[in-house]
Amino acid sequence: MREKHGFLIGLKCRECGRHYPKEALHVCEFCFGPLEVEYDYVAIGNVLTRERIEARAPTMWRYRELLPVAGEPTIGFQVGFTPLVRADRLAKQLGLREVWVKNDTVNYPTLSFKDRVVSVALSRALELGFDIVACASTGNLANSVAANAASGGLKSYVFIPADLETGKVLGSLVYGTNVIGIRGTYDEVNRLCSEIAGKYGWGFVNVNLRPYYAEGSKAMGFEIAEQLGWRLPDHVVVPMAGGSLITKIHKSFKEFVELGLVDKHPAHIHGAQAEGCSPIVNAFKAGTDIIKPVSKPNTIVKSLAIGNPADGFYSIQTMKQTGGCAENPNDDEVVAGIRLLAETEGIFAETAGGVTVAAAQRLVAAGRIKRDESLVLCITGHGLKTREAIDGKCGEPRVIKPSLREFAALVENENV
Amino acid sequence: MTINVRIPTPLRKLTHDKDIVQAAGTTVQGIIDNLEKQYPGLKERLCDEQGELRRFVNIYLNDEDIRFAKGKQTPVKDGDEISIIPAIAGGH
Repeated sequence: MREKHGFLIGLKCRECGRHYPKEALHVCEFCFGPLEVEYDYVAIGNVLTRERIEARAPTMWRYRELLPVAGEPTIGFQVGFTPLVRADRLAKQLGLREVWVKNDTVNYPTLSFKDRVVSVALSRALELGFDIVACASTGNLANSVAANAASGGLKSYVFIPADLETGKVLGSLVYGTNVIGIRGTYDEVNRLCSEIAGKYGWGFVNVNLRPYYAEGSKAMGFEIAEQLGWRLPDHVVVPMAGGSLITKIHKSFKEFVELGLVDKHPAHIHGAQAEGCSPIVNAFKAGTDIIKPVSKPNTIVKSLAIGNPADGFYSIQTMKQTGGCAENPNDDEVVAGIRLLAETEGIFAETAGGVTVAAAQRLVAAGRIKRDESLVLCITGHGLKTREAIDGKCGEPRVIKPSLREFAALVENENV
Repeated sequence: MTINVRIPTPLRKLTHDKDIVQAAGTTVQGIIDNLEKQYPGLKERLCDEQGELRRFVNIYLNDEDIRFAKGKQTPVKDGDEISIIPAIAGGH
């Protein structure tokens, strides 16, 4: 398969352009810039058509030529192709005509978009010969590495801030992985993982395998375009933590346009963070691309609480180049956003989804998204993982005896 | 005046394996130019062709990122310490 395809050429520094072999490398040794995967787009263009994609199984691997594995994917073949839901009831609330929810709350197998990046990273890790894989995570990534490593027979270590939501901790432990809780912020976990990756030589999906891992996020953008009927939307709102997803959605649209799979169209890509940790939004709003790290994140949105975002600069470039904006709703707006999405569309998102919905509300209010323009919301993780955030904020069940009379009384009371 | 500059592991080939070196100057720019004189090849690792600090190189003056001071024009005085720290590409 490797010889047959050969679409994955190597790695290239995003900053200085130096080339590297397609190994477990992530930093340019000359200028310290991040490495990115290089593809043979001419060869891809010769084989990849809408028809060919549509004939394949409904998973993210239907775009395999544009994902960085040398052979067939070996882990997570069922991941992706989550529903793109036409959200008319939400649209009405937002004051828009055409709203879509890209619903990665039901991604396979761990209910977040991270299954996309992990499927790519672990398939590549096997090709590169790793037998231990690991990650630094705010929760979702840990869940996904643990589950997908288990299914692939790999040993795994996941490193998380010790104070994460219990659902996210249990959602890793259950797979028999090694969960290491670090007393510190995500950024401190990440720094430690860089040191561990150097010392132990494991396959850290978001450290030394990062160039491959990050490309998995493109599948979310490919799916949006295909599911819209092979077109790009006017607007997309994307949550930002390290800022990788938003840049890869942008890249996915550009690749589809360059390959002639969709028409060129100005899709405005907007980024969303929570007010209590919004280094990228703060920089964007201040009109600079120099990110001032947040040393003490303070928000219920723990999955986005990265104070020193690795792709912050590139996220800002994405928003600028596409005419997008940045918004950072506060925790109350986030909770209201979670409830609005659940009550209008029946989709229970984690806190990051609340950020996305609330940011969209702000963008509409500010006139950045207009009534007749189409909008896609990237909802990236399931709400059961962050129950704590809304505990006690959605009312309480009314408890009665198993008695029709009591229930009738209750109904009567409410009809007053 | 001369101050101490901490060199990260990937650049120590250029400083003959020294993790702390001395450099003279009154601004960060001056320090970088002086480092280049002592250890040829170091400057191009820190600054691009236009002389701007590379995006993934951080320079801290007494634990403060110079990007949030006056950049390379940030003044340096006796007793200060500079650390050169590559940004950690990772995350999420």
